[in-house]
Amino acid sequence: MFKKLAIGAAFALALAPAASFAAGGGEQHIEDFHFSFEGPFGTWDKNQLQRGLQIYTEVCAACHGLRYVPLRDLEALGYSEEEVIAYAAGNFEVFDPELDDFRPAIPTDHFPANDGVGAPDLSLMAKARAGFHGPYGLGINQFFKGMGGAEYIASLLDGYTGHEKEEAGTVLYENTAFPGGWISMAPPLSDDQVEFADGHPATVEALSEDVAAFLMWTAEPKMMERKYSGFVGVIFLSLLSVLLYLVNKRLWAGVKGKKTV
Amino acid sequence: MSGIPHDHYEPKTNGEKWLNSRLPIVGLIYDTIMIPTPKNLNWWWIWGIVLAFCLALQIVTGIVLVMHYTPHVDLAFASIEHIMRNVNGGYMLRYLHMNGASLFFVAVYIHIFRGLFYGSYKAPREITWIIGMLIYLMMMGTAFMGYVLPWGQMSFWGATVITGLFGAIPFVGDAIQTWLLGGPAVDNATLNRFFSLHYLLPFVIAALVIVHIWAFHTTGNNNPTGVEVRRGSKAEAEKDTLPFWPYFVIKDLFALAVILVVFWAIVGFMPNYLGHPDNYIEANPLVTPAHIVPEWYFLPFYAILRAFTGEVWVVQFASFITGGIVDAKFFGVIAMFGAILAMALAPWLDTSSVRSGKYRPMFKWWFYLLIIDFFALMWLGAMPAEEPYATFSLIASAYWFAYFFVILPILGVIEKPLAQPETIEEDFNAHYGKADADATPAE
Repeated sequence: MFKKLAIGAAFALALAPAASFAAGGGEQHIEDFHFSFEGPFGTWDKNQLQRGLQIYTEVCAACHGLRYVPLRDLEALGYSEEEVIAYAAGNFEVFDPELDDFRPAIPTDHFPANDGVGAPDLSLMAKARAGFHGPYGLGINQFFKGMGGAEYIASLLDGYTGHEKEEAGTVLYENTAFPGGWISMAPPLSDDQVEFADGHPATVEALSEDVAAFLMWTAEPKMMERKYSGFVGVIFLSLLSVLLYLVNKRLWAGVKGKKTV
Repeated sequence: MSGIPHDHYEPKTNGEKWLNSRLPIVGLIYDTIMIPTPKNLNWWWIWGIVLAFCLALQIVTGIVLVMHYTPHVDLAFASIEHIMRNVNGGYMLRYLHMNGASLFFVAVYIHIFRGLFYGSYKAPREITWIIGMLIYLMMMGTAFMGYVLPWGQMSFWGATVITGLFGAIPFVGDAIQTWLLGGPAVDNATLNRFFSLHYLLPFVIAALVIVHIWAFHTTGNNNPTGVEVRRGSKAEAEKDTLPFWPYFVIKDLFALAVILVVFWAIVGFMPNYLGHPDNYIEANPLVTPAHIVPEWYFLPFYAILRAFTGEVWVVQFASFITGGIVDAKFFGVIAMFGAILAMALAPWLDTSSVRSGKYRPMFKWWFYLLIIDFFALMWLGAMPAEEPYATFSLIASAYWFAYFFVILPILGVIEKPLAQPETIEEDFNAHYGKADADATPAE
């Protein structure tokens, strides 16, 4: 009977994300990159996140903001307090209403919003795009991979074919990951565009992956804490289930006419 | 309270007597949790506890979330991100609340279909059933308004589409829609009233839950055989029943714990599985999402809403005889609410004198088909409104109505039911054997 319940519940859950897969575009190709944070036990690769931050700062930040991300949270990437203070002051200026002027950013500020050229804010981009929807659109692979927002971002950055066209005065660039195939963002990355202190390779593909991982972190900074809570909860509730099963069995033994030990 | 004879609370000490003569609350609690419960209840009967748990979970997490949330169009989305990033444990509170809604609906659908299979809606439990349907309606309203609060793209456009349904009502529709929204379009006034009602309705639901429980404590629980508990004497009733505490409390808690393992795994490891990515984009009245899809638990009825297009002859006929007052849009709205009303009317549409589907050889298959139909509608609700899905939706919607308005009334007349057990005790013993005489019953 329990099996039936479980199957029923699983079926109900499984059908749900059909909602999201209906939204998928035509011939998008999303490459299934392997990120270290995937799966119930996946963790951040802090070196990768730091490289991603560097790419964001040197390339993406020119047009895209991260308005929901406080700079102080960068300590989670393995930086010291002093490093965060230096990073904030060295890279961003924010408008201070009390001074009625711009001043260098401090850790309690957020990354600035950047609406200059109409580029979308990237704080939540890795959760606002679904890269793939699992076998038969059931999305079960979210359990192992997440919803694929980071894969979408990496595929997009690495998905330029080099073709471009002009439409109503706007140049569009062909991209294999973008819905519809043509995107107005010029290819932002090129090989060795960013130089890493540790000499890590900086091909377009490597850069795409690193910045995508960083944007997954900006979208879900508490992912590790969440998985930890999930892990602890599952363990304790499983234990509770076993105990209640035994209590229940013993309780009913007298009425059911089966003897317990 | 219950019609089944059983022991009542007797105050013993002077203190207890003092309290009992002024407020018999201990007796009330005693009678409520010691209610004689048919001992043959199977695992489909555990979802009531799950539902009670969900209501408590949603109220508790919700109250804390409100402490950090700001109901304003410019600040709502950012305040959710504040909860996710800065509030201690905020990410868990929010994901529990988000996924708690889904668990709530999983539970309520299983609970409803259990009632439909075992005939729990039949006399004398019609009031329990009707109250249950009211709770379900309130749940849908609460969930819908809750989904608007994060002020993402799906929140905004979902609210626009659903309130648009009321705009389809002839003559007064536009006025009603404006009144509901607090203006000509979904805006700050809408967000504020939805917030207010989203906080209020769960307490109305809690009150209705008490009435729901009161009603079935008066009639006694149904059970898998549908055979009534013998009520001739206390001794007789005790052969068919066991007190709710501890037998069913422990059993239900065990089931709840197992379900929570799965629930917790979803919250911890794939909390956005049931959500829509578009809701992580702040609401923008100028950009319409490519596909506006409701949450999964609304999909079956959303499919029914969309199934009745202008090309369907029933719709054309309705439009013709009403002189165009009932157009395709309004017909869809009527169909959607009608589909829920059909369930509520089940006690009077089902003509069979046999309660449990176990003893109804023909009914069984029609019921299984209804379950398949429900899942089919859920799938179709997520599909784009084009062929072949439109035709499938129409067929699936037609079956939904046919089940309640044609099949249930006819089956009761033509079906030859199987033999039912004489008593619950007989059914129980057939499953588990007679209890040993020397086995000590647990206290």
